[in-house]
Amino acid sequence: MLAVVDYGVGNLFSLTCSLRAIGAEAVVTGDEGVLARADRVILPGVGAFGDAAEALRASGLDRVVLREAKAGKPLLGICLGMQLLLDYGTEYGRHQGLGLIPGAVRAIRPVVPPAYKVPHMGWNALHFPKDRPVSPLFRYIQEGDCVYFVHSYAGMDCGEHTIAAAEYGPELTAAVARDNVYGVQFHPEKSGPVGLNILKAFCEL
Amino acid sequence: MIAKRIIPCLDVRNGRVVKGVNFQELADVDSPVELAKFYSGCGADELVFYDITASAEGRALFTDILRKTAECVFIPLTVGGGIRTVDDFDRVLKCGADKVSVNSGAVMDPSLISRAAKRYGDQCVVLSVDAKRVDGQFRVFAKGGREDTGLDAITWIKSGVKNGAGEIVLNSIDTDGVKDGFDLEMLSAVCDVVDVPVIASGGAGCVEHFVTLFETLPKVDAGLAASIFHFGEVSIPELKRALGEKGIPTRL
Repeated sequence: MLAVVDYGVGNLFSLTCSLRAIGAEAVVTGDEGVLARADRVILPGVGAFGDAAEALRASGLDRVVLREAKAGKPLLGICLGMQLLLDYGTEYGRHQGLGLIPGAVRAIRPVVPPAYKVPHMGWNALHFPKDRPVSPLFRYIQEGDCVYFVHSYAGMDCGEHTIAAAEYGPELTAAVARDNVYGVQFHPEKSGPVGLNILKAFCEL
Repeated sequence: MIAKRIIPCLDVRNGRVVKGVNFQELADVDSPVELAKFYSGCGADELVFYDITASAEGRALFTDILRKTAECVFIPLTVGGGIRTVDDFDRVLKCGADKVSVNSGAVMDPSLISRAAKRYGDQCVVLSVDAKRVDGQFRVFAKGGREDTGLDAITWIKSGVKNGAGEIVLNSIDTDGVKDGFDLEMLSAVCDVVDVPVIASGGAGCVEHFVTLFETLPKVDAGLAASIFHFGEVSIPELKRALGEKGIPTRL
């Protein structure tokens, strides 16, 4: 069973539909016991980093997510859920993240050329680092496949934990991984067959 | 490099697609769900559903259609038509919409944009503008293009973006239905004043019109059309191939 962490932020309708479409048995839950019993966990999120980090802490689910991740359970953060996996975020002040993957979440405006619009919104191609094997998360997709992004902040300084990037002036972090913990900046649930194939690969990890 | 988006628009009334549709491949051409699946399968980057229903029963039917579409189509869905309140945003977002487009509702109450943006984020609020040349000015029209609001389109769009609109759909009434190409002059004037994505609408008649649009105005992010897609006059895979051959980035 796959558990989608419900900590009161965002609309999980599309995500649960996409999981159903790939045949995954998914429950949306904020219950510690259910999360503990799940085989794998998805951490979604929309909105601002600080609010979401606070909501996660207030619900006590930060502790549960950390415990399950450290126990080796596959964890996938999506969009803001990915950003929360990193050390800290700088949206409206500095806020602590879960620290499961090294890196910081910063505004992309200062790093992209002025002619590029922010938010980085739309379909962009994934590029995999050349010096490392392709992540198992991408076993069913190919270099250059497009996925759907909507974000104004991005993970930075993730180093060797970056498993995919998207060119937007500089390369922006599109996905990260460390051991059993994965994060994608884009929305696999809105990225057509490519996105479904990424979710499918996660369900097989 | 971000891909230029191609967006078919479906007008829905009482749960059925109303603009003529002509696909031999589809068993039920008037079903928004079937049409959405079809477009998604052939490479549409996003879908716009325009609800032109007036009655409450029709609205319920519409949200039901939206939910059924979102259950099986996994690309961004934008909903417009009759959005007057933040509750209208809530109603369609809960049924699977990703973005909500406001037009007359924002003209009647401009604070709708800022209130919705604050609640759901700028990326969720699309300002759709029907504009037409009047006395040497681009004028905003409301009520489906029937009513001259007296607002200057450029000023209106600038203030909309300032209030939190995350995307602009510019529909030129002057070129709409003429099939002689997008309104490059009007689009250019809008692109000059905003730094959010701009979606061109009105006037596309053939593949070349999209090529000209993206080559002439690199700041335009997407092209939207309805009947030329519905009647198969322009096929999306063919259109994307043509754009790709001209070096215009698309999602294949």
